[in-house]
Amino acid sequence: MQSMKRRPLLVATALVAALALVVGLSVAAAGTSHATKAAATMPAPKVPNGAAIRAKYGGQSITFIGDSVGGSHARDVALAKEFRKDTGIKVNIVPHSPASDQSYAQLARIFSSHSSSMDVAMVDVTWPGVFAPYLVNLKPALGAQSKIHAAGIVANDTVNGKLVAMPWFGDFGMLYYRTDLLQKYGYSAPPTTWTELFAMAKKIQDGEQQSNPNFSGFVFQGNAYEGLTCDALEWIASSGGGSFIDNGKVTINNPKAAAILDLFRSQIGVTTPRGVTTYQEGEAQTAFTNGDAAFERNWPYAYSLNEAAGSPVAGKFAVAPLPHGPGGHSVATVGGWQLAVSKFSKHPGAAIEWVRYLTSAAVEKFDTITNSNVPTIPALVKDPAVRKAAPYLNPATAAVPRATRPSSILGQHYNEGSKDIYQGISQILNGASASSVLPTIQSELQALLK
Amino acid sequence: MTAAAEAVRPVARPASLSRRMRKSPLGRLIMRIPFYLLVAVIFVYALFPFYWVVRSSFTPEVNLFQTPIQYIPAHPTLANYRGALSANFFTHALLNSAIVAGSVTLLSLAIGSSAAFALGRFKFHGRSFVLYLVLSMTIFPQIAILGALYTTITKFNLYDTLGALIFSYLIFTLPFTIWVLTSFMRTLPGDLEEAAYVDGATPLQVFWKVLLPLIAPGLVTTGLLAFISAWNEYLYALSFTQSPNHYTVPLAITSFVSPTGSAFAVPWGQIMAATVIVTLPLLVLVLVFQKRIIAGLTAGAVKG
Amino acid sequence: MASVATTVTTRRRRRTKLQRRQTRVAWLLLVPSLAVVALVALYPLGKTVFQSFTNQEFLALEPTKWVGLQNYTTLIHDTFFRTAIWTTVKFTLITVAFEFALGLAIALVVNSSFKGRGVMRAVMLVPWAIPTVVAAQMWKWMLDDTFGVINDLFVRIHLVSHSHAWIAEPSTALASVCAVDIWKTTPFVALLLLAGLQVIPQDLYEAAEVDGANALQQFWRITFPLLKPAILVTLIFRTLDALRVFDVFYVFFGNRPDTQTMAIYAQSTIVGDGHVGYGAAISVAIFLIIAIFVVIYMTVNRVTEE
Repeated sequence: MQSMKRRPLLVATALVAALALVVGLSVAAAGTSHATKAAATMPAPKVPNGAAIRAKYGGQSITFIGDSVGGSHARDVALAKEFRKDTGIKVNIVPHSPASDQSYAQLARIFSSHSSSMDVAMVDVTWPGVFAPYLVNLKPALGAQSKIHAAGIVANDTVNGKLVAMPWFGDFGMLYYRTDLLQKYGYSAPPTTWTELFAMAKKIQDGEQQSNPNFSGFVFQGNAYEGLTCDALEWIASSGGGSFIDNGKVTINNPKAAAILDLFRSQIGVTTPRGVTTYQEGEAQTAFTNGDAAFERNWPYAYSLNEAAGSPVAGKFAVAPLPHGPGGHSVATVGGWQLAVSKFSKHPGAAIEWVRYLTSAAVEKFDTITNSNVPTIPALVKDPAVRKAAPYLNPATAAVPRATRPSSILGQHYNEGSKDIYQGISQILNGASASSVLPTIQSELQALLK
Repeated sequence: MTAAAEAVRPVARPASLSRRMRKSPLGRLIMRIPFYLLVAVIFVYALFPFYWVVRSSFTPEVNLFQTPIQYIPAHPTLANYRGALSANFFTHALLNSAIVAGSVTLLSLAIGSSAAFALGRFKFHGRSFVLYLVLSMTIFPQIAILGALYTTITKFNLYDTLGALIFSYLIFTLPFTIWVLTSFMRTLPGDLEEAAYVDGATPLQVFWKVLLPLIAPGLVTTGLLAFISAWNEYLYALSFTQSPNHYTVPLAITSFVSPTGSAFAVPWGQIMAATVIVTLPLLVLVLVFQKRIIAGLTAGAVKG
Repeated sequence: MASVATTVTTRRRRRTKLQRRQTRVAWLLLVPSLAVVALVALYPLGKTVFQSFTNQEFLALEPTKWVGLQNYTTLIHDTFFRTAIWTTVKFTLITVAFEFALGLAIALVVNSSFKGRGVMRAVMLVPWAIPTVVAAQMWKWMLDDTFGVINDLFVRIHLVSHSHAWIAEPSTALASVCAVDIWKTTPFVALLLLAGLQVIPQDLYEAAEVDGANALQQFWRITFPLLKPAILVTLIFRTLDALRVFDVFYVFFGNRPDTQTMAIYAQSTIVGDGHVGYGAAISVAIFLIIAIFVVIYMTVNRVTEE
């Protein structure tokens, strides 16, 4: 009986101790401020023509669905604070959902219910085509400013002649490679064609696997998801196989596309890990950062992770444009985020001013330096501060032509179209021959274009 | 001894091997070996991934997946815990999840046990029909209900509130709570209840004072399962919450952003640290309630 | 004589009055549950059925039209859906069988008296306590063929000769996702069966021990029959949950066509493609397929009760 009375007391003490530990740790953590570099290194830029904007829209309040919680959200907050100080427009920042398909669903719900709960939203590079009917045409107000941005992205954001979104920050695919291993196996430069890449990968892999059985030549995004569409676009477009849909016609079923896809199929499990067909960005980056891969295709974000203190490949890697196929030239799929204004916004004028501020060169520079995002303004590449913050923006990679996914032409059917593409390519990577799959993709995309 | 008595005296049966083993102390020890082996296997099977979570939480981010794999971190660090705890939407999420899960559990137990009382101890037409109607809530894939739920929630102005989650989670906690408690209620003998009625007790008193204590293990079990289900639910939390200070734990954990700021870089170390922080209180809760209820139950059985 | 007859009739009348009052009380107790059911089951079901007869699209600009049975005729020829059904049913049969066997074993072990059984009870709950969204990702990385710890461990103890791509290889893909689900959900089964075991009175075992019954006989004669209601409830809920599986499959395979479950197919159709009408038809079909399992369960239940 007495032991029974003592036990709850024991447990209660344990609970209190656990709680104290948690509280103690959080107090300790509060000391080491997780403050973003934004506040520490650079102040938010001033709003040009602040007074004029204040005269027209001062006192209005808009809602911005911005970047997710964490450092990016803090950047949004810092910019909103400066914006309010200079123009008197209050910006309510709502961080978008951590899951990308959920932020898509959230925006879709807002638009289909014609809600005015949102004025400006961050949209993924493939959504302007989908949401075009619900977005304000920014060409009259921001057409001039759009000229300083990368032409390819602006073209992506223009649907039926309307500029429905402004580029905010970019992303593009590139090739990461191990400089030390290239040297060790007698190569003087990174590969320029895909066949060259696979040959180099095989030689390096055979050598390295003696000491590291987990080593592979090449890792990329091969899972059945949107990322595979991005990677496959690079393979096919750089081999002269088109970009799935060109000039309003579905072009995927052609011999050059089949050839490059069959080449990749033959390399799965040979110079790539068998599991590469389940890899997304995270797995590919981890394999390369661990030192378990010679080549990697990934977005610029991986650069700082590879360079980080303690990274096994720090100082032993570099970036280059992706290889191309025979008779083709290198391309990079464009990623990143845009800004769009909702047609149902009650304050479109104020919303447009907010977009104008965020997509200005000064703010994009601020973003690159404090948040390591990729600017969409080519002129910024020449800025030394930007080059320092984004070392992958060397002239070679910055000049690679950007390939865009067929989101504008597929419009609201883009998700389905992309799914048809990546499901088909996933089948090819897992062993089906390209000639048996491409006709199906062709007819599926054709049906969506009707 | 009379012939009759001798006839009913139990005949000595030849002792079987298992009986002989059970009688000797060494035999008892040997027989327990496969048992303890099974216990060991269960321990490893259940715990190895959790050990991996704990190990990962103390490993610096760069070393997490480094090969050759470090089973014990070479440079253990508290940085992941600091990172997880300094995200104030995470610490707030702990509170939100506690509120939501606690409310859902209490509501499920209240609604569920009263429904189980009706379905288990009363005879009336439509008993089976109601049971299967309740089950029908679990026949939908979550996505099918999502649209309709979203409409209902916005109609009641519950979007982006904890109330929306408390209401939605009843969808999956209520059916098994009702079913499990009903099956417990049905297996109870009727004499205690009848005695109470004869003594003039109202149904409410019978429910509260006689039946509930008897189905205590059922209440604890369904309460625990309901709490954990609500604590870990992701899809509805993702769909019906917008502001970070209304995030629940699974949402907060998946919102951790690596210091680089990119959405592609997943801060595994912090996520593992957060998982440890989130799972340990649940385990302590289990330890508390399981021990207390077993003590209560054996006392009840002795009384008979 | 007459007084006895009247006493009997009054008693009968009182019994039916008591019956009616009992029925009233019972329905009153059920009101909250029925309210939740109406809001959560009946309304969405009605809405979904209605939508399945239309061509509603998530972001459509044209108004929604009634199309009758068109969605259903398309569904019958939908090979993706057929594959999804088959994948889901296979997954359900495998996982429920394993989880039941393992869960029963664990429940029996935890129920027997030995030192440290309290810790054991907490330990067995650990897999269930980790959020699914974290556990699925964690397992995916643990099973990786380049840096996964499972491959490393297996190679070290010579269980396999080299790293396998468990998730990528079609031959081991389903097994890997089943293994993860079994690890995650066995505690649920074990806990429910344990609760059922705990209400079986100890004196039944003591009497059987005196009669000389061994452990196996005790199990079949006492434990199993008295555990049957708990077993049936556990099985039906596990089956229904397994038929609606989503998270683990999505994290492991994405939208890979040969490993889609019914729930993944429904979600990608409704949310991804935006086909609300067709997706509603899929949801209704899923509802009917799962209902078949419920009917099987009902029949088994009725048969075992007799």
